[in-house]
Amino acid sequence: MSSLLQAASGSPEQSTSPLAVSPPLEQMGTRGLFKSYYKGTLGIPVLQGIHLSVHEGEFLSIVGQSGSGKSTLLHLLGTLDQPDAGEVYFEGNRIDNLPSASCDLLRNRHFGMVFQFYHLLPEFSALENVLTPALIAESTLGYWRKRKQYRRRAEELLELVGLSDRMKHKPREMSGGEMQRTAIARALLAEPSVLLADEPTGNLDRATGEQIMQMLRELNQEQKLTIVMVTHDPWIAEQADRVVRLGEGQIQTA
Amino acid sequence: MYKLLLCWRYLRTRYIALVCIVSVTLGVATMIVVNSVMAGFTNEMQSRLNGMLGDLVFECRSLDGVADAKLHMAKIRKATGDAIIGMSPTVSVPALMYIDVMGPNREIQAMTKPITLVGIEQSTYADVSDFDDYLQHPSNRQQLEFKLRNGGYDVYDHQAEDNENAKPRKQMERAGWPYRRYKASLLKQRELIAGREKASIETPESNLPKNPFGPANDQAEGRDFDPATEQHPGIVLGIGTCSFRGTDGTDQFFALPGDDVRVSFPKASLPPEAISEFYTIVDVYESKMSEYDANFVFVPLRSLQQSRGLIDPTTGIGKFSSIQIKLRPGADANQVRDQIREAFPPHLYVVSTWRDKQGPLLAAVQMEQAVLNVLLFMIIAVAGFGILAIFTMIVVEKTRDIGILKSLGASGRGVLGIFLGYGLSLGILGAGAGAGLGLLFVKYINEIADLLGRITGQPVFDPSVYYFYKIPAVVYPQTVAWICLGAIAIAVMASILPARRAALLHPVKALNYE
Ligand SMILES: Nc1ncnc2c1ncn2[C@@H]1O[C@H](COP(=O)(O)OP(=O)(O)OP(=O)(O)O)[C@@H](O)[C@H]1O
Ligand SMILES: [Mg+2]
Repeated sequence: MSSLLQAASGSPEQSTSPLAVSPPLEQMGTRGLFKSYYKGTLGIPVLQGIHLSVHEGEFLSIVGQSGSGKSTLLHLLGTLDQPDAGEVYFEGNRIDNLPSASCDLLRNRHFGMVFQFYHLLPEFSALENVLTPALIAESTLGYWRKRKQYRRRAEELLELVGLSDRMKHKPREMSGGEMQRTAIARALLAEPSVLLADEPTGNLDRATGEQIMQMLRELNQEQKLTIVMVTHDPWIAEQADRVVRLGEGQIQTA
Repeated sequence: MYKLLLCWRYLRTRYIALVCIVSVTLGVATMIVVNSVMAGFTNEMQSRLNGMLGDLVFECRSLDGVADAKLHMAKIRKATGDAIIGMSPTVSVPALMYIDVMGPNREIQAMTKPITLVGIEQSTYADVSDFDDYLQHPSNRQQLEFKLRNGGYDVYDHQAEDNENAKPRKQMERAGWPYRRYKASLLKQRELIAGREKASIETPESNLPKNPFGPANDQAEGRDFDPATEQHPGIVLGIGTCSFRGTDGTDQFFALPGDDVRVSFPKASLPPEAISEFYTIVDVYESKMSEYDANFVFVPLRSLQQSRGLIDPTTGIGKFSSIQIKLRPGADANQVRDQIREAFPPHLYVVSTWRDKQGPLLAAVQMEQAVLNVLLFMIIAVAGFGILAIFTMIVVEKTRDIGILKSLGASGRGVLGIFLGYGLSLGILGAGAGAGLGLLFVKYINEIADLLGRITGQPVFDPSVYYFYKIPAVVYPQTVAWICLGAIAIAVMASILPARRAALLHPVKALNYE
């Protein structure tokens, strides 16, 4: 938190800016992204040509009114949904038209996702929830072989988010903040390169929200984790390196 | 890995699913019990049926038989090679048997029974059937001789596995020579008394020919027959012809080894002429097939041939009516039957396997079992629909979790696997519990039947109806395996639809599902 300005702050909106001495590498990006939801034949346009670049190690927040399509955009970035038109890039490769198996792999290894409603599995304890990406990635035998390693890593992560005394707790036995911290630990298990967070503080009170934000900032700074966070709270958004506004289906310059 | 873990967690937390496998459990248990008991009955019946008949029966169509069993047996052996390990000629004839019993006013009266009189060669008959094992005297079981024993007839049913259920046959204690001597002396006394009474009214001696131990066979030998020291040709009765089973399960005999019976049958002459012979009961057999036990009565082959006039006076060769054949274990009975059929003119001889002979009965039992199985499997199918309904509910309930898993990189196939695995484990659990329950039930079926009988006051399994003391049950492991596999397959099939639904869920829609 002390090194808030240390990261490539003030980086220009476009990576192609002639002012940048060494243009920061684009880690994720979208080109002319369109997405509509259809009710019968009537289409509701949500995203209408989104151009967005996320740089390596950047903490980007996307703000916008409720219903502006922030979640939709984040889902497209995370390959949870397909755009109607346009492209999504990740580390230089197009990822919006990949076969589903590759998308599964991307989500499992390269993206960490955090949601407003935590989305923990109610049957699993905190520790098991954190381990879920590993459980999904590995075959039974493979997991069994590496179970000690994974367990240690999950415990470390829970410790990192300050939940070393809640490992055996089921989600319903935890507070909202604890659940969100568990979700963050889960998102970090596979050592992803990008963290996609959809209103991570949306369901929490101010103080708890601040805790979560501090944690994200630390992760961004200390582990150079790229974070894309969606929020409608300007005060939360401001804590990121860069804020972009989503409105009328397009990125509006702040 | 998450599939296993989630299945396991769902198993432990969704008790509603456990409720729906109860029907699988019950279905499997019922199927196992019914199949085991029916297999038990069939088995028992088949071994009894086969035990009395040879594996193959070679019969001539004429009641009076044809001459020279030796010649025929040689021809049969030539036609079949080494498939046959034993043959025994027999003569059988429908007959009437008269047993002297005590009437209501202590007078002696003859009880008449229609029977089939079978003449057997005691040296070879044991080679072709289990008849020996059914006899009541231990020594006769070793080697049947048509001679009355001194005593020692089994007081218990030696075929009962334990004597607990078999009621003792007290009357058998007396059977044998001492009993015969006692009866003879009793008769003499009666005669004396009758003679004295008659003497006081009429002239004596008129009652001599009426002697029930009449000198029928011995007239030819031209001397008096002393029932206290001599016996007529031996006869082995079916237990059903000389006893009845009381309501309490005890066998009440009205004729014992040592008693004499009279048997009337036609002579093989034209015009037929009925003759009546005396025989001394030397033993009783119990095959536990009432059809046999109440019908067949065995005497020595030679003596029956003689009585019926089946022996050629010049050559001394007797006629036979059928040859019982025992096959080498593993030999194909149908094939051997066809070989023999080809070797003999079909209008004179019938060759059949014991299965052919009991065809309708066996077919009926098999049919019954098949129908029952279909009906019971329906129960499990109904359970399958229960699983389908409950799984659909669970998938709806778990929609968000499915979305979470997908957002974490779980594939559609992986999600499919969770629910198929869930169905599979429910099926295994249900079938396993059902198999355990069913096998336990089968193991204690008689105790359970007793208990039920005691509670309802009406015996479930009435030993006076059946010739078994206990409900026979045979568990075939492969039947159990098939039933379990079927139940598991149904459980998995029922979970396919909900699992597919789960697999095809859109991750975003699933995540936002309320
Ligand atoms: N599955 C859907 N079917 C139809 N319309 C949808 C669907 N999902 C979203 N929408 C519509 O798309 C628009 C954008 O939704 P989205 O969830 O992206 O907004 P948001 O910016 O995340 O809003 P919030 O801040 O409330 O989360 C909304 O108007 C919503 O009604
Ligand atoms: Mg949203």
